[in-house]
Amino acid sequence: MTKADTCFHCGDPCERQLITFDEKSFCCAGCKTVYEIFSTNDLSLYYELQDAAGTTPKEIEGKYDFLDNEEIISKLTEFNDGNIQIINLYIPTIHCSSCIWILENLNKLNKHVTNSQVDFPKKTIRVTYKQDNFSLKNLVLLLTKIGYEPYISLEDFEGKKKVSDRSLIYKLGVAGFAFGNVMFLSFPEYFDLNSNAASGGEYWLNKYQDLFRWMMFFFALPVVFYAGWDYFVSAYKGLRAKLLNIDVPIALGILVLFLRSTFDIAFDLGSGFFDSLTGLVFFLLLGKFFQQRTYSFLSFERDYKSYFPIAITRLTTSGKEETVPVQEIEKGDRILIRNEEMIPVDGTLVYGNAQIDYSFVSGESEPVAKEIGEQVFAGGKQLNGVIEIVALKSVSQSYLTQLWGNAVFKTDKATAFQNLTDSIGKRFTIAVLSIAFISTAFWLFYDPSKAMNVFTAVLIIACPCAIALASPFTLGNMLRIFGKKKFYIKNTQTIEQLAKIDTAIFDKTGTITTTQKSTAHYEGMPLTAEEESILKNTIRASNHPLSRSLYDLLKEQNIITLDEYEEHVGKGLESSKGDINMKIGSANFVGKTMTNNLQDTSMYISSNNAYKGRYIFKNQYRDGLSTVFKNMSDSLHLAILSGDNEGEKSRLEALLPKLTPLYFNQKPEHKLEFIKSLQDQGKKVLMVGDGLNDAGALAQSNVGIAISENINVFSPACDAILDASKFQQLYSYILASKKAMRIIKMSFMLSLLYNCIGLYFAITGQLEPVIAAILMPLSSISIVIFTTIMTNLIGRKLS
Amino acid sequence: MSVIYVLLAISLVVAIIFFAAFIISVRQGQYDDAYTPSVRMLFEDELVKPVKETGNTVKSEE
Repeated sequence: MTKADTCFHCGDPCERQLITFDEKSFCCAGCKTVYEIFSTNDLSLYYELQDAAGTTPKEIEGKYDFLDNEEIISKLTEFNDGNIQIINLYIPTIHCSSCIWILENLNKLNKHVTNSQVDFPKKTIRVTYKQDNFSLKNLVLLLTKIGYEPYISLEDFEGKKKVSDRSLIYKLGVAGFAFGNVMFLSFPEYFDLNSNAASGGEYWLNKYQDLFRWMMFFFALPVVFYAGWDYFVSAYKGLRAKLLNIDVPIALGILVLFLRSTFDIAFDLGSGFFDSLTGLVFFLLLGKFFQQRTYSFLSFERDYKSYFPIAITRLTTSGKEETVPVQEIEKGDRILIRNEEMIPVDGTLVYGNAQIDYSFVSGESEPVAKEIGEQVFAGGKQLNGVIEIVALKSVSQSYLTQLWGNAVFKTDKATAFQNLTDSIGKRFTIAVLSIAFISTAFWLFYDPSKAMNVFTAVLIIACPCAIALASPFTLGNMLRIFGKKKFYIKNTQTIEQLAKIDTAIFDKTGTITTTQKSTAHYEGMPLTAEEESILKNTIRASNHPLSRSLYDLLKEQNIITLDEYEEHVGKGLESSKGDINMKIGSANFVGKTMTNNLQDTSMYISSNNAYKGRYIFKNQYRDGLSTVFKNMSDSLHLAILSGDNEGEKSRLEALLPKLTPLYFNQKPEHKLEFIKSLQDQGKKVLMVGDGLNDAGALAQSNVGIAISENINVFSPACDAILDASKFQQLYSYILASKKAMRIIKMSFMLSLLYNCIGLYFAITGQLEPVIAAILMPLSSISIVIFTTIMTNLIGRKLS
Repeated sequence: MSVIYVLLAISLVVAIIFFAAFIISVRQGQYDDAYTPSVRMLFEDELVKPVKETGNTVKSEE
């Protein structure tokens, strides 16, 4: 495609509409307006930083009226003194450096904004603005006008301000600071190994030896009692729960290193092992830091609160509109839902044309039309003008919110799972302790003066720092690599869990079908060439999702000018050209009586008031679906759990490997129970889903992966989020996790080798500080290098 | 008094100054976002340019 027919602002193809302005092409009026705003305000550098950086602004009349409410403003703002307000807003559309630039130059678009700062990884913007003749609502509207609509949800309102935990950075800083200084102070010892005051040696070094050593001691204090304190806590907790985790030998190692070194310098027996001690803690913390990588712009813990609006417009009995917080909705309230707004509570439709998109709930993308008197459910999004509903329940009792009451959402998966490091740590601790006691017993008998020395030496050298490092560095790096390949994982334990999976359960709609494309087939009398041309030209102008997808499916037609065109909101389109008058839309609109077949989504067509036929929309399965399933069925048990009816059964059976179990009409609770029963049989279950109806199953499964077409917009609580475009790679990601676990095991072997060499010196009573000083960092660093290289190799193989 | 005490004291003071700077910078949240500043740094030149031009902004109005 040439540059001329892609939008200068957003880069989308300008197929449906082409606006030329300033010798540039735009796909819609919205994009053109944003360009105008930027160019008249000297902000056109935006387009130089990155081509087609923009996003199309959305229409939002009235959507943010609730921001006029003082109570809501005060809960949302970070600082508010009546004159200056500071607010932190989440903006999902931030995606490139141009976005950072334009958002940090907001003050040029509006002089009330005094400062704005973007946090790119979190996709948030912090704005400081003056309040005279300006308000939060104006700010939000300004942002929306330039295509950066903030996402304000009930979660923000409840004000759980996340205090970022910086303690690990402090600890890392302390350990690194002490490590560097101790190494520096150890230089005299390194250079002057075998001399002491008695045997002559370097005068200056011997004279100040004690000073250096005691300084090392003081540097080691904060490392042991602050930076490394977590290991003692964890070891103590483990022991109290009668578990030998990997932190037990680590804590033991740190403690023995510290006591032995202190003892050594206090009685002038040697220089101690303070360099190894501080280095060890520093590397361990570095591993933790590496592991701690988070995709803070994604939320893995989302519940319904992340999707619900903060406030809703309630109609009083006298017919006045009032904005009330969503929690205050009571049964019987009459609620006004605007275009693009979410329905917060189950209710009955009393006014308007409802076209409800339930994709948040079910993954089903086609909007559902509702008649007055029918029930609408919480979680649906109104797509077609204003409607009014009467609430049947309060928010907390809705169908959608009730699922969240299930106990699965309150249990923490991580704690119930013993990771590889801990299970090895247990055997390791037993082995180390027995070696230490046996060798001490031997030396007690043989040469008691050395016994204590050997005991501490074994514990020092056997300290499993390399083992403790293998897992965080391998998994941390894998997490980063997966993230680059658009597979976002909540934490490193998920990779371990993923490697163990033996059963994979898939949801159907939205998971193995795509919501972006659908196929449609025509049913009815054939259309004439003229009618086809009018049809295509009529839906060209419509923005309805069905029109859009049908437009892409129809044959190419010349652009003609219609004599008449009218869009009847919620019903359909009407147009005429020459002597043909066409109606396209719902069955009632075109004058066809509804058949009982309500299960499929159709667009009906009539010409000169005679019914012609309809386009029936069907879900399109994701590309490469059968290959993915075929590959996965080699090593995994597969099944499909769908909330839909059996309509697609034969189509699915043709696509999937033979004997793949298919279960239809599954309610959210059924899905959850199904996973649970598999787990009771000892299966390790992977659940792949997308909608809120899968949330229970995702939470119950060992690993829950949410498939998302747009990772910023929606995903239920899960362990990992997979970008829909990478669905075909799912199995290779699982295999990569298995390989990562193999790397960890290989690192364990490598570290065991170092430990054996070290143990030889320790048991034979020859452990000099210098050997510890060489072996301990060497083993740590070589493990880090080994795992980094190996994981990068795996990453390279992933396409 | 030996010169080594002076040297050690100086090196320690320097080290502690850096350490204190580190603590202060973490506390101010400078480590919270490790990406945006690296991009923002590249904008600095352009940020100044439009300010100079504000004298004759009318020309771009066309």
